Amino acid sequence: MADKPLLNIAAGAGISRPPTATEFVADRSFRFMTQVCAAAIVALVGYILWEIGGEALPAIREYHAGFLVSSVWNVSTAQFGILPEIWGTLYSSLLALLIGGFFGLTVAIFLTQDFLPPRLAIVFRTIIEMLAAIPSVVFGLWGIFVVIPAIRPMADWLHGVLGFIPFFGTSLSGPGMLPAAIVLAIMILPTVAAISQDALHLVPYRTKEAAYGMGATRWEVILQVMVPTAAGGIFSGMVLGFGRALGETMALAMLIGNSNQISLSLFSPANTLASLLASHFPEAAPVEVRALMYAALVLLAITLVVNVIGIAILSVTQRKFAGKS
Amino acid sequence: MSTSVTSTVATGPRPHSLQRSVGEPRALRSALLTGGAWVVALAAAVPLVSVLYMLIVKGGARFSTELFTELPPAGFEMGGGFGNAIVGTLVMVAIAALISLPIGILAAVFLAELKPNSKLAATTRFLGKVLTGFPSILAGVFVYAAVVLAMGSYSAIAGGISLSVLMLPTVLLTAEEAMKMVPRKMKDAALGMGCTRTQVIWKVVLPTGLPGILTGVMLGIARVSGESAPLLFTALFSNYWLQGLREPTASLSILIYNFSSMPFENQIELAWAASLVLVLIVLVFNILSRIIGRPKF
Repeated sequence: MADKPLLNIAAGAGISRPPTATEFVADRSFRFMTQVCAAAIVALVGYILWEIGGEALPAIREYHAGFLVSSVWNVSTAQFGILPEIWGTLYSSLLALLIGGFFGLTVAIFLTQDFLPPRLAIVFRTIIEMLAAIPSVVFGLWGIFVVIPAIRPMADWLHGVLGFIPFFGTSLSGPGMLPAAIVLAIMILPTVAAISQDALHLVPYRTKEAAYGMGATRWEVILQVMVPTAAGGIFSGMVLGFGRALGETMALAMLIGNSNQISLSLFSPANTLASLLASHFPEAAPVEVRALMYAALVLLAITLVVNVIGIAILSVTQRKFAGKS
Repeated sequence: MSTSVTSTVATGPRPHSLQRSVGEPRALRSALLTGGAWVVALAAAVPLVSVLYMLIVKGGARFSTELFTELPPAGFEMGGGFGNAIVGTLVMVAIAALISLPIGILAAVFLAELKPNSKLAATTRFLGKVLTGFPSILAGVFVYAAVVLAMGSYSAIAGGISLSVLMLPTVLLTAEEAMKMVPRKMKDAALGMGCTRTQVIWKVVLPTGLPGILTGVMLGIARVSGESAPLLFTALFSNYWLQGLREPTASLSILIYNFSSMPFENQIELAWAASLVLVLIVLVFNILSRIIGRPKF
């Protein structure tokens, strides 16, 4: 009885059959279509580079590399330079990386090294992931009405007492580098925390057990075994977080003060490439648009380099641990 | 030799307790660091709590049906809402999804199923990862140059296209991961019955990987719903209801940006209320992605 289907199949009466001609054509065209879509993504990136580069070309011909080291932005005389914006972009992102990197790595350690029972760890991880879901403008609004008032007393005190140190050299008039960097740090924290957690998870379990077995304390295991072993992945998380900070726009446009100046002071207003684009582009005259396209190309180049480095480190370290856990 | 050691341990005084005394410097340092980690981790949760608190208190205070049915107020006007901005955001996100879902998922089929090790797949995968870190404002610059200048006007279409650039990598990479999870045996069984690769993909891979693919779709939608930088100079803004897809279009995020810098109390309140609505939209898609993507086995 039970053998009947098998016998049928043996007799060639199974449900399998070779594909018909229509199916064959459908198969080939569908496969071709997926290939076109994959190629379209490659083409899109090429088109983005070509389009922004092409629009920036007139400005590159006109201002050459002097554009990168000049601090003037004057529409009426058509003189443009983005040195303050390059400085502001790097300075704000670096500050954000210092704060967000520290918090992100600590959170990653906290979530992976048995500080919390598994259920609570999932809840806490979700809370940190939710930070990434809050839109940039909402962080900007929150920064204006919560962060700036909250840090003002401390900023005034630091400026009054330690004003001779360049970092506290000016008073906080409202928007400025520090509130922008704090909000930026909060925005990159989930990126750093997520990639660092993955890196710590990749460390083989027996490595950790061996360290505990030798009598190391919890933090000796974390700081001398886990973090060094996962260092590559953690570093790539920091680089990708830095890349995200470089390109972040709205929160910075709302918090950094859009002021064309270079200052070490944490409390002085500044500007970044992305917020320059956000604040000037909508009302720009054609001559200014060309300069803004040049600025966009510079931002594109910086973020591309940083991201490619981050992704490269990440894939190298992931390959290192492949199949070892 | 070994027997004597064993007997010493068994009969002699108890070995060192495995419990460390807290006074020992190493253990003390560990305990202090543990305390520090707790403080830092809890501090990291403060911003989210504070943002949500402000949204509920400030945004909730203005919550009413007028928000959804009325147009944004000018200068000194009282009241008003942002119905047109909600419509604009939803329409542009829909346009973005219409563009990036087919391309992203089909490309993911190629990456996961058809030629995973080809040069094209490796390049696409790499560029997809690069695009995830692509600054959103540059998507706006690109679409301004490629679409707005060509069409001669700011439009919902341009806004939607710029959002699709940002949605594409999320959809592509999560869909690829989801399809890779489909067990090899199921595909082999279908192939063995004479299915073409296309039939295997449509009847086995896509249905089985659907939850994972949908997770990526929801995440992509959640990500772009809150975006504002790419819309600044592609969709611009409008104080009126959406008349057509070829006209400047309002969005919640640009409304928040514009109103946040206004000196009027009414507009600031509306900015908070709009933030609450925007975060709710984003969270709904985010939570949907978690529910759909929850592992079932």
